Order: sequence, then structure tokens, then C-alpha cells
Amino acid sequence: MFRDIWITLTGFLHSFGGMWLFFLRLVQYTPQVIYKRFSLVVYQVYNAGALSLVVIMISGLFVGAVLGLLAHSSLERFNAEDTTGIFAGLGLVKGIGPVLTALLFAGRAGTALTSEIGLMKATDQLSAMEMMAVDPLRYVAVPRFLGGVVAMPFLAAIFSAIGLLGAHIVVVEQYGVDVGSYWQQMQNIMDMEDVYEGITKSIVFGVVASLVAVWEGYNSMPTAEGVGRATTRTVVVTSIAVLFFNYMITAIYI
Amino acid sequence: MGPSGTGKTTLLNLITRQLSPDRGTILVDGDDISGYSIERLYEMRRRFGVLFQNGALLTDLSVFENVAFPLREHTRLGEALIRHVVLMKLHAVGLRGAAELMPSQLSGGMARRVALARAIVMDPSILIYDEPFVGLDPISMGVIARLVREFNDALGITSIVVSHDVHEIGEVADYSYVIADGRVAAAGKPQELRTESSDLVRQFMLGLADGPVAFHYDAPDYAEQLFGAKRD
Repeated sequence: MFRDIWITLTGFLHSFGGMWLFFLRLVQYTPQVIYKRFSLVVYQVYNAGALSLVVIMISGLFVGAVLGLLAHSSLERFNAEDTTGIFAGLGLVKGIGPVLTALLFAGRAGTALTSEIGLMKATDQLSAMEMMAVDPLRYVAVPRFLGGVVAMPFLAAIFSAIGLLGAHIVVVEQYGVDVGSYWQQMQNIMDMEDVYEGITKSIVFGVVASLVAVWEGYNSMPTAEGVGRATTRTVVVTSIAVLFFNYMITAIYI
Repeated sequence: MGPSGTGKTTLLNLITRQLSPDRGTILVDGDDISGYSIERLYEMRRRFGVLFQNGALLTDLSVFENVAFPLREHTRLGEALIRHVVLMKLHAVGLRGAAELMPSQLSGGMARRVALARAIVMDPSILIYDEPFVGLDPISMGVIARLVREFNDALGITSIVVSHDVHEIGEVADYSYVIADGRVAAAGKPQELRTESSDLVRQFMLGLADGPVAFHYDAPDYAEQLFGAKRD
């Protein structure tokens, strides 16, 4: 049994180290790719962003609405409905917004990236590029990685903004809290520090989610089963990593 | 040539340095490429054209863009010139009319012809084919065989064809090697190989079911395995 644990542990460290080296190579090639293949990067930003946009807008609306409902029903007992805006604002911008965006991104765009790269590998397209003296790391991996990294903060911002709107609909339109105090209380309590925290998170999550998606695709077994497994792993690994980093960053900011 | 699993593809991957050798040297045009850095390797690979088994076309690009891909990556040719070159190469494989199709709309034989056009678009000096005849109908097979021969003569290049199709190799090859168990079992012109005396080469060339390569995969004794459980 100890042997099994040991094998699992070394296996984990092995892939973790591999991912880290992969990340360094992606970063190393980034300036060159931005300079020489800018259009590819732009296309991938569009690709990753547009893929997830609808999902994120719909989810944002409902998550905001639930947040408004819960906040209102709790605060109502203390006759503090006016402060619902603070609750919704802080919750969305600092916590739920970036986290849920990253999880939805992993499910929508991340899986698409992994299976796309995995299939390219399975059908020899990556080898073919290597044989045409085109580095697939630079042509395939880096643009997709950057696409996710750039798209994520925008997606998180859109999620939070629509979430605030959702909360507004519930709190102001449904429960009749004064619209002025909903927004004014939010403005009074929240400062830029809170927004920076949200932005930091969404950038970190963007790097994590894109890195995992590209890495899993790039290292998938080139078979139907292998690509399927890699896609599943993308979601699992991203989710755990995002929740872990969410805790770390929250702890640092407090 | 050689039976499945004897190291043909490994040898090919070594020649193109997709694999690195544990020992020994790989000479291409007299240069030992086994210790090349990635940059020098890419420099060298521009002189190679490789045809993969299933074509390995980039599925998100059209036929035209697939053939244009190496040109766009490695040259600074203008759009008009690229168009000329690509259409000429597509014409050579008979698919000029398919330029705007996507790879998913092509049949297996057509995909391989497009891949062939892409392989020659940079005018390589060495053209490598990995199992070019596998899974094709007789017409497509004949077309590919003709193209292999034509390109070799018309472009004055070296062609390396890996295959286990004895008949088609006989049609196109000037000289062939039979590889078995990781070493060269026989070499010579295709006709000469047919009269080769070695058992293994004869089995392979004539397609016999039994010989040095046994029909049965290694297994425990038949009777033992069937009735062994009873005896215990």
C-alpha cells in the first residue's frame, strides 16, 4: 500500500513539474508569438471569449439574483435591507465572480481547447507541423494559452457586472429596496482594493485554467480514450486548482 | 519494407529525428544529425518533405491554406506568388479544383494527395512516405504510386517509401531493404528480392502465413491451457 501511495505521489510530482516547465516555455515564447503571430492570438482571444460569453452571462444573471435573494432575506431580519448592495457587490467582485467564471471557462472553453489539441495530436497534425519545421508549441499552444489568459479577466468582469444587475432586479424591482441606497451603499463600502483582488484572482485563474487545458491536450494519449480522459482531467484539475488559489489569494488580501 | 512491428516507423522517425538515438549516428547528406539542436534540426527539416499515413492535414485550414502553410511560415513570398505555387502543386496532384474544400470533405486518397502537394511545396530534396498505400482503394493506390514515381524523377529528389505492400513497392522502388527484428534482412532491387533465399524474406515477399514469423503468437501449450484447469 505504501508503494502505491509512493507511486501516486511521485507521479503527481512528475506531472506537476512537467506542467511547470511547460508553463515556463509558454512564457518564454510569449513575446515572440505576440510579435510574429499576433493575429493567431487575437483569434484565440475571440475563440475562448466568445465560446464562454453566453454561458457566463446567463450564469452571472442567476447567481447575482440568488445572491440578492439570500442577502435580502438575511439582512431583512436586522432591518438592514439597504445594505444588500454591499453584500452582492463584495460577494460577486471578490469571490464568486472570478471563481465561477473560471469554473465555467474550464467547462466550456477549457475542454474545447484540450480536445482540440488532443485530436490534433491524435491525427499527427502536431508531428506534421514539426516536420514542416513549425514549432507546434509556438503555433498551437502559446496562442491558445494567451487567448485564455486575456479573455478571463474580461469574462470575470462581465460575470460580476451582470451579477450585480441580477441582484438589482431581485432586490430593487422585486423587494422594493430603494435603488439609490442599493448602489450608494455599495459604492461607500467597496474600494479599489476589492476590485484589485477580483482582478488579481481572474488573472491567476486565467493562467491556471488555460495552462491546464493546453497542457492536458498537449500531453494527452493520442487515442479516442486518451483525449476523453484528458478533457475530464482538465475540468477536475482546473476546478481544484482554482478553488485552492482562491483560498490563497483571499487569505493574502485579508 | 518489412513485417509489422519490425521498426520501420522507428527508423523513419530516427531519420527525421522525431526520435533521438540512444547510440550511433544518423547521417543525412553526410551530416550527423543525431546531436543537432532544435533550431538546426528545423533548419534541416525544411529540406524534408514528409507524407504521413493519414495525410495529417491541418483540419482548421482549407486545402489551399494547408498547401500554402509551409510557404507562409518559411518564406516572404507575396500573395500572388503563393497562389501560383500552391495552384501548381495542387495541379500536379490533380486537385486544383478542390482548393477551397476543407480536409473533412476529402476522401482518404484525396487527403493523401493534398498532403503530398504540401510535402513538395517547399521543393524538398528528400521526400519521405510513411505507408502511403495503406487503406486506399486500388484506383487511389495507383494514383499515389504514379505520383511517387513521377515526383522522384521529375523533381530529381530522393524518395524514401516505407511500406509493407510488396506489390506496389515493386512498381515504384529502385532499391529496397527488407527490415526484420531491427536489422536489414535483405537488400536489392525488388525483382532480386523475390528470389532471395532467406526464409524470412521469402515468407514476407510471398505473403506466406507460416514461416519464421509464426502464425501463432507466443502462448502456453494448447492442450495444457485447455485441459490444465481440470488436472489441478
